[in-house]
Amino acid sequence: MMTPTVRRLRAAARRGEPALQRFLERHRVPIQAEGLTTFVFVGAADRVDLEHWIYGLPGTQPFDHVPGTNLWHLSVDLPAESRIEYKLGITLDGRRSTILDPLNPRLAHDPFGANSVCSTEGYRTPEWAGPDPESRPGSIEQIEIESAALAGRRTLHVYLPARFRPGRRYPLLVVHDGSDYLRYSSLRNVLDNLITRLEVAPLIVALTDPGQRLKEYAANPRHARHITEEVLPLLADHYPLVEEPGGRGLMGASLGAVASLSTAWMHPGTWGRLMLQSGSFAFTDIGQTRRGPEFEPVVTWMNRFRADPGEPADRVYVSSGVYESLIYENRSLVPMLQRAGMQVLFTESRDGHNWENWRDRMRQGLSYLFPGPLWLTYE
Amino acid sequence: MPGRYAPSVPITVLLGPQRLQPTIAAVADQLGLTGRVALVTAGWQELESADAELREHLGTGVVNLGLYRRAEEVFGDDPELAEAHRERQDRLRALQSLHRVRLRHTLDAARQLMGRQGKGEDLEEEREAALRQLSDLDTTHAERLKALHRAWDDQVGLATRPSIARHRAEVAELMAGVSVLAVAGGHVVVVLNRLRLFDVVGQWGDGPLIAWSAGAMALARRVFVYHDNPPQGPANAEVLETGLGRYRSVQPFPHAKRRLRLDDQVRTSVLARRVAPADAVPLDEGEWVALDGDRVTSHQGGRRLTADGSVTPLEQLR
Repeated sequence: MMTPTVRRLRAAARRGEPALQRFLERHRVPIQAEGLTTFVFVGAADRVDLEHWIYGLPGTQPFDHVPGTNLWHLSVDLPAESRIEYKLGITLDGRRSTILDPLNPRLAHDPFGANSVCSTEGYRTPEWAGPDPESRPGSIEQIEIESAALAGRRTLHVYLPARFRPGRRYPLLVVHDGSDYLRYSSLRNVLDNLITRLEVAPLIVALTDPGQRLKEYAANPRHARHITEEVLPLLADHYPLVEEPGGRGLMGASLGAVASLSTAWMHPGTWGRLMLQSGSFAFTDIGQTRRGPEFEPVVTWMNRFRADPGEPADRVYVSSGVYESLIYENRSLVPMLQRAGMQVLFTESRDGHNWENWRDRMRQGLSYLFPGPLWLTYE
Repeated sequence: MPGRYAPSVPITVLLGPQRLQPTIAAVADQLGLTGRVALVTAGWQELESADAELREHLGTGVVNLGLYRRAEEVFGDDPELAEAHRERQDRLRALQSLHRVRLRHTLDAARQLMGRQGKGEDLEEEREAALRQLSDLDTTHAERLKALHRAWDDQVGLATRPSIARHRAEVAELMAGVSVLAVAGGHVVVVLNRLRLFDVVGQWGDGPLIAWSAGAMALARRVFVYHDNPPQGPANAEVLETGLGRYRSVQPFPHAKRRLRLDDQVRTSVLARRVAPADAVPLDEGEWVALDGDRVTSHQGGRRLTADGSVTPLEQLR
């Protein structure tokens, strides 16, 4: 589709490099204009592809080339309030490389590196996720734990809210992939800000990290035992915790969400709050899973869970991006949890399976599970 | 009874939030409110005694009345009163929940009509009727709350209970040696209930009083709670309590910058009309309003919401 802006872009390229540079200096890339998002690459290539993780669209989409120039472009119809992560696939002299978009400084990081970020009209990075000098900073302590369940030593990081008082009891949230949440989802800023703003109750947050993630987080009873029978008692010894399920929560994304839900299910009556983000809740109604052998334990457990959900928690927050393949599984989880008697808040966002999507949902999720004294407190 | 009180000075000073840039000392100094201070930090609950920074800021002799601690002691000494207090709070919560059902629809109707484009007699009449209904609803709710509190006080014989009488006497003694009463913010129900329990404002009389955030809210005729953009819930400002009625001409809205969408003309207009004839006064950092009785005698950055949905500087000497 050739919009007026793309026509001007192509015309600038044909006038030569200085004209193209002037055009690009006046536009933020990817260019949002006339309802389309236009990705741009300038450089030597035989082929340029957009590589993204938008479920439902071809994972690789070829750019158009303007003959006689170094300009490549691709226009995509992305709805408003979308946020996507992507890379560019560059093929030159038979060699293919995947690169960050050189014309776009916006990056999102994850354990595998970084991606370029594109957002459309209406998306805003939440201001409560950034540093706020008005917020009271919490502190983080480190605790070592010898785990019989997992046969090894583990390190826990424990976030204590600002103005922590040993004489007061605090709700506990155990976070799977805690270090990644800190690094890639700004969890520390989020907690400092939302607690200072009274939107979330002052919480103690235990940040756990897996050894062998694919094994431990895949609905593994050993992991569930570790969290419930080792981590929880240790924390209860160290810190003043609320002693009811409503004051205990589990949180995780992707397989971490599976670990959270399965841990609560395997230890009913212990964990009253669950925050499940883009859960890898693979199941089968018939036949084999298409998701690969590493998902088999998850599928086996999910099928059992779907047959007998019980009531693993009282209140559950579920979120998923509509651009990730797991949207189907997450959507189908919600009515099942509700039928089983749980209060559920479900959010869909125009985003994918990534840490910034999970960051952006935290205000809604945490304030739903652990509401702060916002309505009654005016400091 | 204040130890020293000069009748020429303003007697109630309402300030915006004090946590980040405290201005109490400078404002008190500017208004000639000098001398020892009796401090109420009950709204901070278990952090009541963590007042070192505030003491340092105030500079003069400060005595914390320790109302939160006293209430805990009273409830420990008098389990019957503690149980009656719990029952009352449960009933208040249930009543508030019922009140919200009608409030939601009444407020929604008022906002819809105020936001409707066009002019004309019929529209104006419908608007006025909707706003009247809203105001009537607030008044009815406030009167029920007032009656409930009065009945509770009579039922438990609050003033004559030994532990209450003892603490009230101690509080009076502490206040006798100071010149200014200062009430900090925090949990508005906690600060209000502790002030009531020990009849602090009644015992203090007309002496100079400085209050900020929840402290200022508790001293008003009615206590409104509000947030136009909460992460959960309907964002409908509501009358939560009857206040102590220290002043009636102003309805304070601390933290307005964060909590009120003052650029939303409809919301602003409805809120202003709802609290009329009192002025809806936003109180942000650095702002203060001084009152002599119900008369605004001076202010710094004082503003009020108007019926047309704008925000305008507060006049003095009304």
